[in-house]
Amino acid sequence: MMDIGLSQYLTVAAILFTLGIFGIFLNRKNLIVILMSIELLLLAVNINLVAFSFFLGDLVGQVFAMLVLTVAAAEAAVGLAIVVVFYRGHQTIEVEDINELRG
Amino acid sequence: MIVASLAFYLFSFIAVISALNVILQKNPVHSVLWLILCFFNAAGLFVLLGAEFIAMILIVVYVGAVAVLFLFVVMMLDINVTIIREGFLKYLPAGALIGLILLFELVTVIGSWVFSPAAGGLRVAKTPDILITHNTEALGNILYTDYAYLFQAAGLILLVAMVGSIVLTHRRRPGGRKQVISEQVGRRASDTLEVVKVPPGVGLQ
Amino acid sequence: MLTAGIFLPLLGALTAGLFGRLLGDRLSQIVTCTAVGLSAVFAVPTFIDVAFFANERTVQIADWISSGSFEAAWALRYDTLSAVMVMTVSCVSFLIHVYAIGYMSHDDSKPRFMAYLSLFTFAMLILVTADNLVQLFFGWEGVGLVSYLLIGFWFRKPSANAAAIKAFIINRVGDFGFLLGIFGIYFLFDSVSYDVIFGSAASYANTEVTFFGIEAQALNIICILLFVGAMGKSAQLFLHTWLPDAMEGPTPVSALIHAATMVTAGVYLVARMSPLFEYAPLALGLVTIIGASTAFFAATVACVQTDIKRVIAYSTCSQLGYMFFACGVSAYSAAIFHLMTHAWFKALLFLGAGSVIHALSDEQDMRRMGGIWARMKITYTVMWIGSLALAGMPFFAGYYSKDIILEAAYGAHSVLGTYAFYMGIAAAFMTAFYSWRLIYMSFHGKARAPAEVMNRLNDGPPIMTIPLVGLALGAIFSGYLGYETFVGDGRFEFWRQTILVLDGNDSIEFAHHLPRSVVAAPFVVSALGILLATYFYILRPDLPRNIAEKFPKLYRFLLRKWYFDEIYDYLFVRSSFWIGRIFWKKGDEGTIDRFGPDGISAAVLNGARRLSSAQSGYLYHYAFAMIIGIALFVSWYVIGRLG
Repeated sequence: MMDIGLSQYLTVAAILFTLGIFGIFLNRKNLIVILMSIELLLLAVNINLVAFSFFLGDLVGQVFAMLVLTVAAAEAAVGLAIVVVFYRGHQTIEVEDINELRG
Repeated sequence: MIVASLAFYLFSFIAVISALNVILQKNPVHSVLWLILCFFNAAGLFVLLGAEFIAMILIVVYVGAVAVLFLFVVMMLDINVTIIREGFLKYLPAGALIGLILLFELVTVIGSWVFSPAAGGLRVAKTPDILITHNTEALGNILYTDYAYLFQAAGLILLVAMVGSIVLTHRRRPGGRKQVISEQVGRRASDTLEVVKVPPGVGLQ
Repeated sequence: MLTAGIFLPLLGALTAGLFGRLLGDRLSQIVTCTAVGLSAVFAVPTFIDVAFFANERTVQIADWISSGSFEAAWALRYDTLSAVMVMTVSCVSFLIHVYAIGYMSHDDSKPRFMAYLSLFTFAMLILVTADNLVQLFFGWEGVGLVSYLLIGFWFRKPSANAAAIKAFIINRVGDFGFLLGIFGIYFLFDSVSYDVIFGSAASYANTEVTFFGIEAQALNIICILLFVGAMGKSAQLFLHTWLPDAMEGPTPVSALIHAATMVTAGVYLVARMSPLFEYAPLALGLVTIIGASTAFFAATVACVQTDIKRVIAYSTCSQLGYMFFACGVSAYSAAIFHLMTHAWFKALLFLGAGSVIHALSDEQDMRRMGGIWARMKITYTVMWIGSLALAGMPFFAGYYSKDIILEAAYGAHSVLGTYAFYMGIAAAFMTAFYSWRLIYMSFHGKARAPAEVMNRLNDGPPIMTIPLVGLALGAIFSGYLGYETFVGDGRFEFWRQTILVLDGNDSIEFAHHLPRSVVAAPFVVSALGILLATYFYILRPDLPRNIAEKFPKLYRFLLRKWYFDEIYDYLFVRSSFWIGRIFWKKGDEGTIDRFGPDGISAAVLNGARRLSSAQSGYLYHYAFAMIIGIALFVSWYVIGRLG
């Protein structure tokens, strides 16, 4: 169709980002879907970084994307660990039932 | 060129559809699978952008590790599938509003994006010609030299995450007997032994 | 020596007041009495030097206020008027100090009492030796303060506290007028120093000012305001209600403050300001009316009082009225003369009454006294001496001073003077009546006190009787000795510039040339009063009750002091409390507290509670909050870029 430029990639990333946001609060019943939505967010950011890296001709973007990847993996691991422990205590992972994080 | 555009549209379309399904599926296992598909398509996009190393890493790490981890957890926890998706419509207006605002702003920014002329001179790590050094080699060249500290820091983050996960989920099993080395080493003879003079013929009273 | 005489009592007061507990009772008493005694000793040669040898001087102590044209310095002014006052105050104060040692021997706070007495003496001395109005006001306030402290000396008694507050507040009302007068003087003369004021008084004689839209002669207004202050301090009509209640204080206090010295500060003020008053005929007229009316009013009330101290208190009030109307007819020297003699015999009467009270175990109601004269001969004798002096019997002090006042009133040949004369005569009659009523009820007749009290009756230790004798000597001889110099032909060399009497106003001159009937009138009515009292209380003791029952309304009117207290309570006290309550509840609590501390703390609590509800504990609330935060950040950035 048209020339694939930076804007197209960025638009895709934006849409993925928005979908991730939707996923966080539109879903009330499953904690794991929240974690997956966070992965979507991070994916969108990665797309952004790599797209800029390509169109600017700067490899730093890719390096940074790798670091983001690392962090995303770590965070997914810890998040899932928390979910597992939470499930052990409460036998549920419904988001609406998680209400003890208060002072 | 036409192939590139077609590929792009294909990959991006499927990525968006997959993402939508991640959040709309009732069954969490299905959500994870759709997430995996989304990752694959994102990897495809990365290949189109000439970042084939990142693309492969995406598949190896994200799909092979993270998504599989998700699957493990989803299948381990006994989730009641039927009561999912209640209350979805209650929060739709507010959430949709915020999301759409966000999208609109992002697209606005994107649409008006213009590279400044001096951007070229600000490059930190100039991408070498892909015909001379392919992507992996180029990344390796800068990752272990200029960004070695960042690389090490990433390793540390992973270490911390690993330790954190283990600590969080570690359960002490009842009935198990473990050695506590410090207690063993710190035990003194006076705690265990008592020398008693036993008179003959009388015995220990 | 002059300065020492003034400041020694202060030293005594500070020593006993601050270190009384350290020094102990006996030492505090010795220190204070010695200090005041020395002061008295110094006062006599000072008096002779200043008054008879005309060595007037002013001793500068220190600078105080110097602000533009408003200058006031601490200075001790010694002229005849102040020397007379210093001598009177210090001698009487010394005798009362000594008496108080005996009277308060059963009290717990002797050092405090002696300290207050000495402090009072100091304040009074500063008042009378002031060289400018500000220092005078300092002493004025000082005596008012110590009067408050001493009236409420037994502060555990609620009636004493109430009386002390009443005295202070009514004094304050007078002080308000006094202050306005001082401001007026500064406004007119651009100075508050006596020398300046007196020097230029004549030139301002006809200056007019607009006061609340009324054109009036300036000096009239000023002098009326000054007199309001004197009214408050000297318990004249309308501002007199505090004096009888002030009898809640110990008797030495009543003797010193409310008979001999503090209440005479008002008379001193008017006499001191005579250069101003002479040019303010309206003010002088007001002084005359008020003084004469007070003399009459107080005497009527004294006739029916049953508390021995209150009778003497009203008697003081009445005699002060005499002094004031003497000032009103320009007979200032007669007023001061009477002030001096009155100090002696009134203090004597009070201390004698104190001996009676002390002997009867703190009984003050005369209806429960009686039949004690045989066992308290010294007290009885001095009471007779004091009463004879008060009634103006020949040869005793009051005869000289009181009669010259009445004669001067007559000799002024004015409507007000004549009014004052007849009021004074009526008051003299009643004075004699109630004085002998007091003596007969307290000392004669059936013994109405309990038997064990009667058995222990005695005159009191020498430390109480010797001051009585000292005061009695003063009551007898001060009049005879002082007549020629104070009000006789020697008065011009005596007073010189301290008292100004304009030509044509010299009522004392006229007083020396009156017909014999007028001169004899006071003596005649006093004798009649004594005879009537004898009739009522010795010969026909049932008569007073019969008359009281026959005229209940009149009796009650007099007993309730012409209902002044009730009127004031209704008019002023209730409204003040009402206003105070409004300010407290609506103003202080309702407005300031509500919007201030209470309001802010409540708002903070409220806000905090509302904010804390944002921490609901629900995960998705937090996630939602984060997302909203992201959206806000992005919007901020976008709008910033676009704008």
